[in-house]
Amino acid sequence: MSGSALDPKTAPVFPMAARAAMKDGQLRRNVRHATDMIQAKRARVVAEMPDWQELREAGKQIRQHTMENLDFYLEEFEANCTRAGGVVHWARDAAEAQQIIVGLVKASRSDEVIKIKSMTTEEIQLNSALEAAGIHPYETDLAELIIQLGHDQPSHIVVPALHKNRQQIREIFRREMNLPKLGERPEDLADAARIFLREKFLRVKTGVSGANFLIAETGGVCIVESEGNGRMCLTLPETLITVAGIDKVVPRFADLEVLFQLLPRSATGERMNPYNSIWTGVNASDGPRAFHVVLMDNARTEILADAEGRQTLNCIRCGACQNACPVYRQTGGHAYGSVYAGPIGAILTPQLQEMHHAQSLPYASSLCGACYEVCPVKINIPEVLIHLRNKVVKQNGPLNIEALAMKTMGMIFLSEQRFRAAQRMGRMAEAPLVRRDEKGAGWIGWLPGMLGGWTKARDLQEMPQETFRDWWEKRGTHGS
Amino acid sequence: MGVDIGAASLGSARAEILQRIRAATGGVSNAEVARAGWARLPREYRRTATRGREAVLELLEDRLRDYDANVVRVGRDGVSAIVAKLLSERGKTRMLVPAGIAKQWLPVGVEFVEDEGLSPEDLDRFDGVMTGSTMAIAETGTVILQNVPGQGRRAVTLVPDYQLCVVREEDVVETVSEAMARLQETAELPTTFFSGPSATADIEMTRIKGVHGPRFLDVVLMRSGFERETL
Repeated sequence: MSGSALDPKTAPVFPMAARAAMKDGQLRRNVRHATDMIQAKRARVVAEMPDWQELREAGKQIRQHTMENLDFYLEEFEANCTRAGGVVHWARDAAEAQQIIVGLVKASRSDEVIKIKSMTTEEIQLNSALEAAGIHPYETDLAELIIQLGHDQPSHIVVPALHKNRQQIREIFRREMNLPKLGERPEDLADAARIFLREKFLRVKTGVSGANFLIAETGGVCIVESEGNGRMCLTLPETLITVAGIDKVVPRFADLEVLFQLLPRSATGERMNPYNSIWTGVNASDGPRAFHVVLMDNARTEILADAEGRQTLNCIRCGACQNACPVYRQTGGHAYGSVYAGPIGAILTPQLQEMHHAQSLPYASSLCGACYEVCPVKINIPEVLIHLRNKVVKQNGPLNIEALAMKTMGMIFLSEQRFRAAQRMGRMAEAPLVRRDEKGAGWIGWLPGMLGGWTKARDLQEMPQETFRDWWEKRGTHGS
Repeated sequence: MGVDIGAASLGSARAEILQRIRAATGGVSNAEVARAGWARLPREYRRTATRGREAVLELLEDRLRDYDANVVRVGRDGVSAIVAKLLSERGKTRMLVPAGIAKQWLPVGVEFVEDEGLSPEDLDRFDGVMTGSTMAIAETGTVILQNVPGQGRRAVTLVPDYQLCVVREEDVVETVSEAMARLQETAELPTTFFSGPSATADIEMTRIKGVHGPRFLDVVLMRSGFERETL
């Protein structure tokens, strides 16, 4: 994968990108291994919880309630954060968020920043904006460091370097950290990152973070992490800049009791991740002396306005749907052309693009429902996928092939005569394409033209010689 | 402040976003509506303990060990002796402590230096840090620290590579929900939850101990009774 950012505006359509990814055997093995591990761990710790379904329901309802009262909770967060010494900024889109953050970093008189892993900053391509302004961003999450040093792109929302195995990571660290003798045990690699980053933690005076949760009731912010790089970035700098989508707000401190149970078990299969930090504004004796929060819309209000798509905003970014998805597990994340890959990416990305780009993503699914089943806040992803497919078809106008084909199908299904005629024609037309397997079953492995889209990825079973209708009628005449 | 963004532009972004939200949700929400809606949210999950006290403490021990923390249980008069033993086993001679740490926990023969706003570089020069704690959650193996006397500011328990933490048995709860309810009063203090030593699963999804936070962790679980009463 090249170093060019994952941008849905310029990314190739999913089937093309997926075909390229499928040829990379190493990538597929790495993704398969990592997602198998994480799914097994998740299943084990979820099974420990007798009240998992009740927690999921509460999680869903909290998120839904938040979205219904989003204006109130954002204003409440702003008021409480400001009262506690924080400064709240609002950004309509990615460009405005970039501009605010670059301005704040410059005002902090720093030409470098330490960063906590944040998909929101990936979404707005903050690193390129900082570099263009002469500011060097240091990624401090181990996976993000691997991505940054490897001139790579994130492929998973929780474990962004999941597509790399230990040997590949060792090669990147050897080259970029100048450590020719580095071992390949995960411990060796983590130690190398510790040494490489410690000096930056102690030196760099400005930190940039995302947020897991903004607490309206207190004006507090919460970050959930593993390594302690987050704590370093939140605690040691003099200035901290947090950028968060407006969807990250939760009503009350007590709501964390639900989210702290759902998120770690779903994300990394841990009962609790190693570190959670909660802070409120500025504390004179603890942490940064200047604290800024940038509340960013970037098309989230568009999603909010769509009654069926709105549940997309309930996402708490655990990545469980990615690990469970049979499509993601084959292609990995880069094929989605967005920092949000997998099932959640397939619904979030096109909506963040206001349906102008990434229209192929709602089709990057077999609608099997595995994503819905593991979602800790019960987002019905298949339902939203179908809703978005409908939008794409409508957007393409009444004369596009899919719309016409569906209309024709509708016509055929409306009339018994037409339906029977279509079945007869189908049986005749398919005859030259059918291959028999060893059990005598007929399969079609190739269809011409547009229909070939189906057979490119799977075989089609031949039409039955006797349909249910035929059978039923025979039964009626000859008795049973 | 020298930020080159006009206040007018910021103000209009705020107004515009709020206006878009209200257009999307079909009106303006307010405190009464939000409070009433929140109060009606279903909370059918466990919110109280279901195990006996001793079972809860054993669960905490088990969960902490599962995350590679070392756990010892002592009576309230046994802390300094066990601290001396743990530090000597680990070869730690110069320890950082926050202001307000219980002096009776500190053994003689080890240098304890109180944090007085030390620089990050200075914090990095200690063998480890020793603190008390606010609470622990048994079910998740989590210890909670807040910026109060005896626990200190967040950097103190972060920069050193080793932490020794004393948890009082009466501060152990079984579930996350009980912990959040107890924290409500002090929700605005800087708060850190830690569950085992620093770790990562970023390489092939294998949890390995130790990246940036303390890589080594001892937890002393302190009974409210004296050593000989319970032995």
